[in-house]
Amino acid sequence: MSTSSLIVIILIGAFATFMLGRQRSLSVAAPLGGKRHLHSLPNYYGSFSSLLWAIPALGILALWLIFDDSVIYNLVWASMPEHLQALSDQERSLIYNQIQGIAMNGSADPSVDPAMIKAAEHMNSLLDSSKTALAIVSILAGIIGSAIALSLVKETFQARNKVESIIKVFLILSSCIAILTTIGIVLSVLFESLRFFQSVSPIEFLFGTHWSPQIAIRADQVGSSGGFGAIPLFTGTLLISAIAMFVAVPVGLMSAIYLSEYASHKVRDMVKPVLEVLAGVPTVVYGFFAALTVAPSIRNMGESIGLSVSSESALAAGLVMGVMIIPFVSSLSDDVIHAVPQAMRDGSYGLGATRSETIRKVVFPAALPGIVGGVMLAISRAIGETMIVVMAAGLAANLTANPLDAVTTVTVQIVTLLTGDQEFDSPKTLAAFALGLVLFAITLTLNVIALHIVNKYREQYE
Amino acid sequence: MSEVKSTIEKVNAGLGKRYRSEKMFQWFGIISICFGLLCVLALFFDIIGKGHSAFKHHSIEIPIMFDADKLGITDINDTKQIYSANYDGVIKASLRELFPNVSGRTEKRKLYKLVSNGSYLTLQKMLLEDPSLLNQTTEVQLITDDDIDTYLKHFVGKESEFERIHAEQVEWLATLREEGRLISHFNTVFFQAGDSREPEQAGIFAALMGSFYTLIVTLCLSFPIAVAAAVYLEEFAPKNKWTDLIEVNINNLAAVPSIIFGLLGLAIFISFFGVPRSTPLVGGFVLTLMTLPTIIISSRAAIKSVPPSIREAALGIGASRMQMVTHHVLPLSLPGMLTGTIIGMAQALGETAPLLMIGMIAFIVDIPGSVTDPATVLPVQIFLWSDSPERAFTEKTSAAIMVLLAFLIAMNAFAIYMRKRLEKRW
Amino acid sequence: MSLTDTADASTGLAFGDEPSTVQENSSMDVSTSDIPETAVGQPLVSDPKMTMRNVDVFYGEKQAIFKVNLDIARNEVIAMIGPSGCGKSTFLRCLNRMNDTIVDCRVGGQIELDENSIFDAKLDVVSLRARVGMVFQKPNPFPKSIYENVAYGPKIHGLASGRTELDEIVETSLQKAGLWDEVKDRLQEPGTGLSGGQQQRLCIARAIAVSPEVILMDEPCSALDPIATAKIEELIAELSENFTIAIVTHSMQQAARVSDRTAYFHLGYLVEVNDTETVFTNPSHRLTEAYITGRFG
Repeated sequence: MSTSSLIVIILIGAFATFMLGRQRSLSVAAPLGGKRHLHSLPNYYGSFSSLLWAIPALGILALWLIFDDSVIYNLVWASMPEHLQALSDQERSLIYNQIQGIAMNGSADPSVDPAMIKAAEHMNSLLDSSKTALAIVSILAGIIGSAIALSLVKETFQARNKVESIIKVFLILSSCIAILTTIGIVLSVLFESLRFFQSVSPIEFLFGTHWSPQIAIRADQVGSSGGFGAIPLFTGTLLISAIAMFVAVPVGLMSAIYLSEYASHKVRDMVKPVLEVLAGVPTVVYGFFAALTVAPSIRNMGESIGLSVSSESALAAGLVMGVMIIPFVSSLSDDVIHAVPQAMRDGSYGLGATRSETIRKVVFPAALPGIVGGVMLAISRAIGETMIVVMAAGLAANLTANPLDAVTTVTVQIVTLLTGDQEFDSPKTLAAFALGLVLFAITLTLNVIALHIVNKYREQYE
Repeated sequence: MSEVKSTIEKVNAGLGKRYRSEKMFQWFGIISICFGLLCVLALFFDIIGKGHSAFKHHSIEIPIMFDADKLGITDINDTKQIYSANYDGVIKASLRELFPNVSGRTEKRKLYKLVSNGSYLTLQKMLLEDPSLLNQTTEVQLITDDDIDTYLKHFVGKESEFERIHAEQVEWLATLREEGRLISHFNTVFFQAGDSREPEQAGIFAALMGSFYTLIVTLCLSFPIAVAAAVYLEEFAPKNKWTDLIEVNINNLAAVPSIIFGLLGLAIFISFFGVPRSTPLVGGFVLTLMTLPTIIISSRAAIKSVPPSIREAALGIGASRMQMVTHHVLPLSLPGMLTGTIIGMAQALGETAPLLMIGMIAFIVDIPGSVTDPATVLPVQIFLWSDSPERAFTEKTSAAIMVLLAFLIAMNAFAIYMRKRLEKRW
Repeated sequence: MSLTDTADASTGLAFGDEPSTVQENSSMDVSTSDIPETAVGQPLVSDPKMTMRNVDVFYGEKQAIFKVNLDIARNEVIAMIGPSGCGKSTFLRCLNRMNDTIVDCRVGGQIELDENSIFDAKLDVVSLRARVGMVFQKPNPFPKSIYENVAYGPKIHGLASGRTELDEIVETSLQKAGLWDEVKDRLQEPGTGLSGGQQQRLCIARAIAVSPEVILMDEPCSALDPIATAKIEELIAELSENFTIAIVTHSMQQAARVSDRTAYFHLGYLVEVNDTETVFTNPSHRLTEAYITGRFG
């Protein structure tokens, strides 16, 4: 039985047990004088029975699907002949993939090891029995659950409260997903990073100035440990982020100020949505724009005044990233500026200050903490931005502060290391996770501080 | 009074300078806004300018003789034979017939290059649909090769600027045009095909379907979970450390770089739980985690906007808290939650980086049929094409961007419309 | 509006017989029909500091002030009283064009300061506000140090040529506001850290640091406790020696204590203006009487 038909059966069963539970509650109530003698409405008895059917059945289904692969993997290997057992883990996973292929499509190739064909047959029979067993076990669990539920149906049974507490458990679990996600992120980057740091020292990684992980692909090469000094990546990231901030902060801030303090309602209503379009454009589009339009034109401009500009200059990526962040800065500043009470402005106007004096000397200082928080969030965004730099910045890990040179960033390297032909568990792949750890740590710190500042600021004027 | 007078004199003396700086400041603001608007315009003009031509394509109408001998078909009912028949030979023969003067290998090769390498698929499909065509001659529209198409779109009369076209081809095309055999038409291939190495055969349909399945998974998971989480946090959560922790986590996750979610997907979903790589399923899981904070935050705002009086009214007539939520709070806040969900979905639709990490960067020719088929999504397709050097691919990339932007604009416009309607209600 | 008109009007001829008829009508219901076309009493004076003629104020479609005619004499304290929503604050905000900052607020009629229209294109709103300062209902010190708060006006207007001169202005202003002794040791602390009454006196110091000719006070004590209120009232009395003060208040006692003249507003109309004593002891108009005897408000 396939998984999807099992799910359909469970759903049909859920409906059936709902009707059963409801019916049973009504028949319990009938001799007492109708359903108003029940503790809860009949539907709650139905829902209760239905939930006690579906939760065990679906729970077993989910657990089964998560673990059946590894169980089958172990069972298949257990039945393998000696000469295959002796292989290394990497070779094993390669062979296992082949066996999976044979199991799924069959193989007419006579050169294949007969042991593998046998293993594939074994795997198929295991898969079959696994599916049958799953269907039996999950439906059985459902039946037991709903039987208990139905036996509990009495006029005094508090079905509503039980159903509500089950729903509440679901609500609590849902809200905990945020925490689980964070834990998942930390665990996934941390574990792989620790394995990376077994082969490359953290000191070398964090303070080394030579980055060339490509060398490490071939194990037999002399420099097989490669160059894993990430400083050029960090400086590249900082350079591009700095250029982006140089564009985004003044433009975003000034347009927010102009729109909230000077512009008429009409202008504001027209301009704001247009600027917000910039926030909705996917980053891959910016990347395309940067790589195919901005970078060549910057190069041409540079050449026309005799500058040598790399075709993957940090300037192009930074400029476009800045444009992307403009609406982000501007909407955050807008919120912050609006939080400054009108009384402050009145106080300043009442003394005869002009608008710009009021903004520069009263509103801006008052809003400064909030703006700083917003800019920090924007920086964190620039550091973590991926597609623009992947498409418009290069792979060359240059240690330079010249915006006309090509630089590479942390995110570019993560993508490159994990999307090419990769070898699992090589320092090269693991390095991506180490970079991810650094990226996560930095952005998390920035976010926590920034959100703290912004919240503090909001409270001040509430 | 003289002191007062001098004050006013001082004030007036400084006025000119102050107004100049006021003007300057205002101009800074105007320039900033104009810069922003200019960027929007430049972006859209650039992409539309590059991409609009991809929606048209040129075809050549050729009389094709489905010669059974040449095709190598002995039994028309044998589909295997139809699949493996030599269509290229037939096409080449027809081209040679059109231009009998062409001789020499290189010349001939240039002639064959007029139509796409994938033209045999068109003939194959025709023969599969209508076997009676065998040994008949019909006029068939075959799409041109990408270089020919690029030339016809952009370089007619400027042959010297485009080295991928040969003088002979220019002549042949002129002849074909005179004979009315050169047709420009809406590019249906672009919307019906999957990826291809040949630009003229490449389309976005596989990517669109991939995006569709991925979004379905994302929507089915993120909406219920986000609403449940929002309801819990707004209506049930006690004010304690644990709740604070959840809130801090949600706010921070909203600002975590998307690529980190890709790493999570790779390490947890693929390596640990064994979810198949490159599939909309795992893509949907990752995007769910990514969009959850957005939807939770806007759902909470929607729940908050329900007036407390309604809650009190429900509780006052003896509803349980859960009944109050399901009967009153949820229906009233649903439009706001849907608005947030649409915005979250738009964000998911445009997302690229995390999907690269989980292998949705594969070269997908076949249209995915379920959430467990290998697939790619529209933004990743854009990323893949943008790397290709052919001018035709640049054109296609821009066109794919236009399609993506159209979807995003439609979604956001719908969200704004919903929000406007919501505002009217309270 | 010319000076001769004002002089004529100040004799009171234009507002002759109105009061007696109104006083006879002692029915309790209050409607706009009772409101006189022009205010009773003495709205106009000779040689005024400010004159207002036919002032209308609109918020979008809604008219908030109707045809108000009033003069403010030099170095007097004029109190504006009336029930909430009667437009007295709105009217006050017209006098230094603070209403400019409110979108779709429109002011009609004529307002003059020293015989120059404040709406004159040549007259600058910045220098107008330097001459006509304002103190607001809620103390609104800037989130800066006490010193910076007071120095703000002189700095933006360029009144001080150097640091010492600025120090001097700050000190005198704080002294005039009666705050110097309390804050002289902590001038660099934030102004928001002061108590409510101190904050309001800081705002007054901030206003007088620019040496304005007129100070507008919009319910300056409404957010303060009685002791702080008493201090502010004392301060107003002292300030009235050098400044012309227009004060809006919801407290009749306060109006009675601090002002020379009192103007009573009702639903956007100026109903009665007279010497404070006259208004409170012998009001001419029925509405004024009803208000000060506490029948509505």
